[in-house]
Amino acid sequence: MPALGASWGRYPRATQEIRRLHWRDERLPQGAGTLLPYGNGRSYGDVCLNDGGTLLAARGLDRYLAFDAEQGILRCEAGATFADILDLIVPRGWFLPVTPGTRFVTVGGAIANDVHGKNHHRAGTFGEHVRCFELLRSDGSRMECSPTQNAEWYTATIGGLGLTGLVTWAEFSLQRIAGPWMTTRTQRFASLDEFFALSATFEQDHDYVVAWVDCAARQSLGRGVLIGANHAHAGASGPTSARRLPGVPFTPPFSLINPLTLRAFNALYFRSAREGDALSHYAPYFYPLDSIGDWNRIYGPRGFLQYQCVVPPAHARAVTQELLGRIAASGSGSFLAVLKVFSERRPAGILSFPRAGTTLALDFPNGGAATFALLDRLDAIVAAAGGAVYPAKDARMRGERFRQYFPRWQEMLARVDPRFSSGFWRRVME
Amino acid sequence: MRKILIIGATSAIAEAVARRFAERSDALYLVARNAQRLQAIAADLGVRGAARVATATLDVADFAAHAAIVDAAERELGGLDVVLIAHGTLSDQASCETSVEDLRREFDVNAIAAMSLLTLLAPRFEQRKSGTFAVISSVAGDRGRQSNYVYGAAKAALSAFLGGLRQRLAKSNVDVLTIKPGFVDTPMTAAIANKGVLWAKPEQIAAGIVRAIEKRRSVVYLPWFWRWIMLVIRAIPEPLFKKLRL
Repeated sequence: MPALGASWGRYPRATQEIRRLHWRDERLPQGAGTLLPYGNGRSYGDVCLNDGGTLLAARGLDRYLAFDAEQGILRCEAGATFADILDLIVPRGWFLPVTPGTRFVTVGGAIANDVHGKNHHRAGTFGEHVRCFELLRSDGSRMECSPTQNAEWYTATIGGLGLTGLVTWAEFSLQRIAGPWMTTRTQRFASLDEFFALSATFEQDHDYVVAWVDCAARQSLGRGVLIGANHAHAGASGPTSARRLPGVPFTPPFSLINPLTLRAFNALYFRSAREGDALSHYAPYFYPLDSIGDWNRIYGPRGFLQYQCVVPPAHARAVTQELLGRIAASGSGSFLAVLKVFSERRPAGILSFPRAGTTLALDFPNGGAATFALLDRLDAIVAAAGGAVYPAKDARMRGERFRQYFPRWQEMLARVDPRFSSGFWRRVME
Repeated sequence: MRKILIIGATSAIAEAVARRFAERSDALYLVARNAQRLQAIAADLGVRGAARVATATLDVADFAAHAAIVDAAERELGGLDVVLIAHGTLSDQASCETSVEDLRREFDVNAIAAMSLLTLLAPRFEQRKSGTFAVISSVAGDRGRQSNYVYGAAKAALSAFLGGLRQRLAKSNVDVLTIKPGFVDTPMTAAIANKGVLWAKPEQIAAGIVRAIEKRRSVVYLPWFWRWIMLVIRAIPEPLFKKLRL
């Protein structure tokens, strides 16, 4: 578990007062200093940090208010994690409408970052499934927000990075499932052209589609493995649920990720991918890394930086190629880069990240100035193509880039609570 | 399905225990001071699977109201199988050293209220010849220490009371469980900074309580290592103890 008050990338570090919340009827702390809601610390950079201020640690708000098991509607406090919720709903035949690659996020965090998953082409973002929530402001006022009630606060809070106030509870819709099993189809591709063709085909008959791309290969740039999946029909059953693997017990003194281990791992992953159809429990399918506790420690004491961008369809092919080329040439880059095509949808929030195009996500060990320079170069490419970078994973984008990526940022200004702020927000508003 | 009464149901430990009961489809009667917070917990336990959840407000220092609460709980659930007494306040030692009023209030809440409720409940369980009283005392009751001896003295009185009650009710097949948690990270202890390795989460304590009830234990230290820590602390001779800062 990350220490309370850290982020998942373990960069940057922040010093802040931690105020733990236990009851949704509590008032927010009075006095000077800025506030920021903090869930389970799974965002990577500084959207969940508030150096010099106070974090409202919300994990103690983890109660359910109501569950309609007929309609599939759940109302819970914002500190409940997706892991808690899955334990409750899966045995009763329901699943989250949208889930990111870890189930250790809170509902509040999922709203604040308007998270997406492998089913974006079908279901959009988590925020699209949020029916309503309560927003507690620092002046003590409480607002119920929905698409029809206080709608301007609803769209500012979804994807609003926790800046509009504290979400105390939220209600969202679930999707019906027959059981915990997933049917998966795996196919390798040799190039980005193949990826785009294959992804379009897979999207037609899979709810979930995502690709792992080899970001270390120099000769075969753009090769990878595409996986499509659906919730299995009734009657399916496979091997019993995944074991929890031993976690990373301590932080090694340096990053274990270097050009050598990177290239070897990526090549191994590509070659050992088993093509064809399979049955998998939902946990290893959706959350492969959740079974390795504290995997973020492998990047050493300096932590790591995630980079996730989206590039509009018109330039997706060429720009993705260029980004991968830059990354491979740098020798830096992650174990696994993730590639997915987002569909065209009306964004749920003013600052929602997903938009039509191709999204690429990878992590980089924090190698200091060289890493930051590389990410700045990637930013220049993404910005020129009219794309965007995901704040939930960011620890370094410059304000001018943020304002290019999120042209509606000024609409947020009237909605940000006067006492709320974050490390991220101060950085990009400079 | 068991029928369970919880006094001090909004405490972090009690809530964590109640979730475990709810997941086993037990019926619950929750008692605490704050009606709104009781409602929040009741709704949550309902979603988690409780067969039934009813609530009542009570300030445990209001001794005159105890009998009515016990009656109401039995009536609502149609009898009782388990009673968990979990209310408590962490006394302000400094104010108790100068104010007899504060001293008496701490005793009322942390010792006599539980004894009063148990005195009302015991004959009913004795008659039915079954059931469990699980009562949260504290390691602080094992030896008076300058840092919190008023709280410790109240818990020591409670532990002694429970020891006697257990002996009395054993022949009626009624279990009395004395629960002695060490440091637990809850809202009650929120004011204490620098929580070290000895601090446990309420969920850990709750798991230990449920297990101890099932195994029909008499006294349980939670987490387990407190049994040994307190063994050492009790064994320190007074001349040395006087010089320690514990």
